[in-house]
Amino acid sequence: MSNKINHSMSLATPDAQDISTKQKVALATGLIGLLILVLAFFNVDLPNRALFLALSLGLITIGTVIYSRDAYLTKLEGIKNDGVWFKSISSRGALGWALGIILTAFYVILYFYPQYLGLGKDGAANTGLISLFDPLSNLLSGRNASQWFVYGTLYTVAIIAFGYKFILKYRHNRYQQLRTISVMFFQLGFAYLIPEFMYVMNSDLPYYDLKSVWPLNYYIFDEWSVNGFLSNGNIGLALILFGIISIFVITPILTYKYGKRWYCSWVCGCGGLAETAGDSFRQLSSKKMSAWKLERWLIHTVLVFSVVMTTAMVYTYLGYDSNNFWLTRGVFIALVIGFLTLVFAAVLYFRGKELGKDAKMGAIGYFVVIALLLAMHFTGTTDNVFFVQGSALRSAYGIYIGSIFSGVIGTGFYPILGSRSWCRFGCPMAAILGFQQRLFSKFRITTNGGQCISCGNCSNSCEMGIDVRAYAQKGENIVRSSCVGCGVCSAVCPRGVLKLENDSMKGRINPTEVLLGNDVDLMELVNQK
Amino acid sequence: MEHIVIIGNGISGVTVARHIRKLSDKRITIVSAETEHFFSRTALMYIYMGHMKYEHTKPYEDYFWKKNRIELKKGYVKTVETTSKTLHFEGGDTLQYDKLVIATGSKPNKFGWPGQDLEGVQGLYSKQDLDTLERNAPNNKICNRAVIVGGGLIGIELAEMLNSRNIPVTFLVRENSFWNGVLPEGESAMINRHIKNHHIDLRLGVNLKEIKADENGRAKSIVITETNEEIDCNVVGLTAGVSPNINFIKDSEIETNRGVLVNRHLETNIKDVYAIGDCAEQRDGGIGQRRPIEAVWYTGRMMGETLAQTICGNKLEYKPGHWFNSAKFLDIEYQTYGWVFAKPRENEAHFHWKHEDDTKCITVCYDTTNNKFLGINTFGIRMRHDVFDRWLTEERDVDYVMQHLPEANFDPEFYKHFEKDILSAYNNNLQTA
Ligand SMILES: Cc1cc2nc3c(=O)[nH]c(=O)nc-3n(C[C@H](O)[C@H](O)[C@H](O)COP(=O)(O)OP(=O)(O)OC[C@H]3O[C@@H](n4cnc5c(N)ncnc54)[C@H](O)[C@@H]3O)c2cc1C
Ligand code: SF4
Ligand code: SF4
Repeated sequence: MSNKINHSMSLATPDAQDISTKQKVALATGLIGLLILVLAFFNVDLPNRALFLALSLGLITIGTVIYSRDAYLTKLEGIKNDGVWFKSISSRGALGWALGIILTAFYVILYFYPQYLGLGKDGAANTGLISLFDPLSNLLSGRNASQWFVYGTLYTVAIIAFGYKFILKYRHNRYQQLRTISVMFFQLGFAYLIPEFMYVMNSDLPYYDLKSVWPLNYYIFDEWSVNGFLSNGNIGLALILFGIISIFVITPILTYKYGKRWYCSWVCGCGGLAETAGDSFRQLSSKKMSAWKLERWLIHTVLVFSVVMTTAMVYTYLGYDSNNFWLTRGVFIALVIGFLTLVFAAVLYFRGKELGKDAKMGAIGYFVVIALLLAMHFTGTTDNVFFVQGSALRSAYGIYIGSIFSGVIGTGFYPILGSRSWCRFGCPMAAILGFQQRLFSKFRITTNGGQCISCGNCSNSCEMGIDVRAYAQKGENIVRSSCVGCGVCSAVCPRGVLKLENDSMKGRINPTEVLLGNDVDLMELVNQK
Repeated sequence: MEHIVIIGNGISGVTVARHIRKLSDKRITIVSAETEHFFSRTALMYIYMGHMKYEHTKPYEDYFWKKNRIELKKGYVKTVETTSKTLHFEGGDTLQYDKLVIATGSKPNKFGWPGQDLEGVQGLYSKQDLDTLERNAPNNKICNRAVIVGGGLIGIELAEMLNSRNIPVTFLVRENSFWNGVLPEGESAMINRHIKNHHIDLRLGVNLKEIKADENGRAKSIVITETNEEIDCNVVGLTAGVSPNINFIKDSEIETNRGVLVNRHLETNIKDVYAIGDCAEQRDGGIGQRRPIEAVWYTGRMMGETLAQTICGNKLEYKPGHWFNSAKFLDIEYQTYGWVFAKPRENEAHFHWKHEDDTKCITVCYDTTNNKFLGINTFGIRMRHDVFDRWLTEERDVDYVMQHLPEANFDPEFYKHFEKDILSAYNNNLQTA
């Protein structure tokens, strides 16, 4: 049921009565910038590409900047959520759907039909949109643009322009500002510029975004990638070692100390885009119990898939003979199984009781992986695992998870499913970090005694679809594997009930109905089980 | 099976139902005339402001009730017959109970102002009130100006709501400073300025004389008693407090005063009939320094938790712990722990600190005879409930509290901390005092 009557249904002027003249001008500026891209896409011959590209990206950025300044700086500091559920674009209205379709179409073209973006095949010159980006690509790395360069550039511009907007929106909240500056920095530096410069220094090195850790970076252990690194001497070796240390050392330590937010909300590019450009859509994520159930199935399936797939990939290019290289297939499989068993045993030993029913699910997952790996080892021939080619498995993963899930659905569906549906339902990295966050981390969201009024602002703005209120109104701390620690629930709570903190593990989870304010005897009674 | 019937599906009624279910297998029915399912009344404003939709204000998903075998009945109870233990509904049907819980909440006060029942004049309490507001004030073309009468917590929420749709607001407050019956002077003055910074036309120390109607019987203007000034408007919001919503039991055997009279066990004069939440009035006066009627969310919840024990055979007194509350004045959050009265009472003193940006301040109240810490009001700085609860129980002195204030800070990470400034202001204050 809509609470707003006389709502403007017009596509062209959504709630036009609500935005100021300045905002309209800003919107027009940004749209002109976009128009240039569209023209290029349709192969309109733009005379000076460098100039037009600069103009386009500049106008988009300036438009967003002017719009944000007028929207937020003209008002006092505070929560700025007025009308999000009235605006067509942010409430799955006609505009929201239109944007969703456009974005999805863009992703489909990007991943599967880059030639329509103008990608020159087999050394042919680029045309269309991609050619518009040639000057910039040449400036940075001395080569012509690819569809990925176009995408990376637009992605980075989006994070920076909308990051600026986000910083203004939360200008009373330093946590929000700092983490946004952080994702802007990591996107621009680590994901965008450094790989280009690395290419300039050594053009044989595979593209490597240093902050992108396996399993998000699922191709790092591909044969071409590993060979690429290894054939490049010390720097290549250092990079691949860094990749391995990231997984086994850096990531666990940081997650233990700060929760998975150190990655998901401070570093990660997918998270960065969701938090900045996707901020207007965060409230669209479903908080239903059924969505949570689906989430747990999906994300863990993806995790299992990515573990098996990566193992299979490495497996296919290892040999049998230990004389050539100590790491043979047998040794490798044994190592992987040993490692998984160690993790599984440790979890059961330290956290078995706490996990309760979930332990069973964990056990099933564990045995599925082990069974798959063993089956692979004993059925596999040189290139085949499970009678299919390892590389086919890998490309299936690349298409279904890497492209369709993370790009097409994850980002394309922002205006429909909310901004972090990839992070929530599909990201294997989030699954691993979340697993650790739930079990071995100092991070939690503390609930402030009995102050919750069950208003629901926190749940509404949780992009991960966590029903924060369900915990807060019971006086229970929030310790959820999916929480990315964005801190927006805490920011929007009108009663100061939520605080993200890192504190001792003891008493982190308080699954009780300790609602302060009552007389002590009653609290004890209520908590008797 | 014993049938527990609860009238009212607000926080009090729902809490008692949930806890009875946890403790027993009794048959439970919740009756309400307002909405099918429990929603958070405190979130009404966010629906109008577009932060949330109605369905987001429901703390439990719709399947919850069936799963927990809590029956829901929509209907308005017209009379209660306690001898035959029967409820009579407006529609003519009836319902038998073994035990009855009255949790019917409040209704907005009206003080007999001329024109108070005109079209366009309304309170803000129920979901229906919200729907009415949506009709009366969808935007600033249909509502050119709204006048709000009564400067309390609901009044300022209504002002914020209308402001979010760019509807000009005139805010009539009887007191000479906003909510200064509760807030100490410095805080109240800061909120006055904050309201004005939001371009709300705050009028202090004025009363409503009458509401004038246009030819269609709609409100068209109001007149101020003191100045006889007439202000044109399309909507008049009456937010001069609330009182128990108990008219329907006035003719029953159940004893009432302003609210339904209950003892410390939340029992009325009639066996098997209880009252909790906004509509209950403590027979022997307020508990401790509390008021006999406490119309806040938390006390409704606590009464519900207590009564569930009693109903399930573990008779328990309602013994609320240390007072606490919270609210938000436009962009400024407010929390209070313990007692800080508007003016220090006998043997009490206040220490007040305000940040120069005029959006943060605290007031600490202590006993001048033994330096005991009595309570704190905090604006724009979040503090920890459990820490203050502990300090109050431990009867800490005010010096201890001021020195350990950082322990109580609950602001998000990376926020600027002000405890040092506060402490040095406190120490200076002691020297000059
Ligand atoms: C806009 C607003 C903001 C508020 N903000 C805060 C806040 O921030 N913090 C805070 O502590 N408190 C706040 N309050 C007060 C708080 O909401 C109330 O104290 C609390 O909701 C009372 O709960 P209750 O269960 O006693 O009654 P209610 O929530 O009023 O529930 C009573 C229900 O009983 C129904 N009913 C009444 N009579 C009958 C009948 N005869 N037959 C059938 N059904 C009937 C009513 O329709 C209603 O649904 C706010 C109140 C309002 C209106
Ligand atoms: S629970 Fe809060 S901090 Fe965690 S993801 Fe949701 S909104 Fe962000
Ligand atoms: S935690 Fe805060 S935002 Fe969430 S329901 Fe409670 S009061 Fe509302």
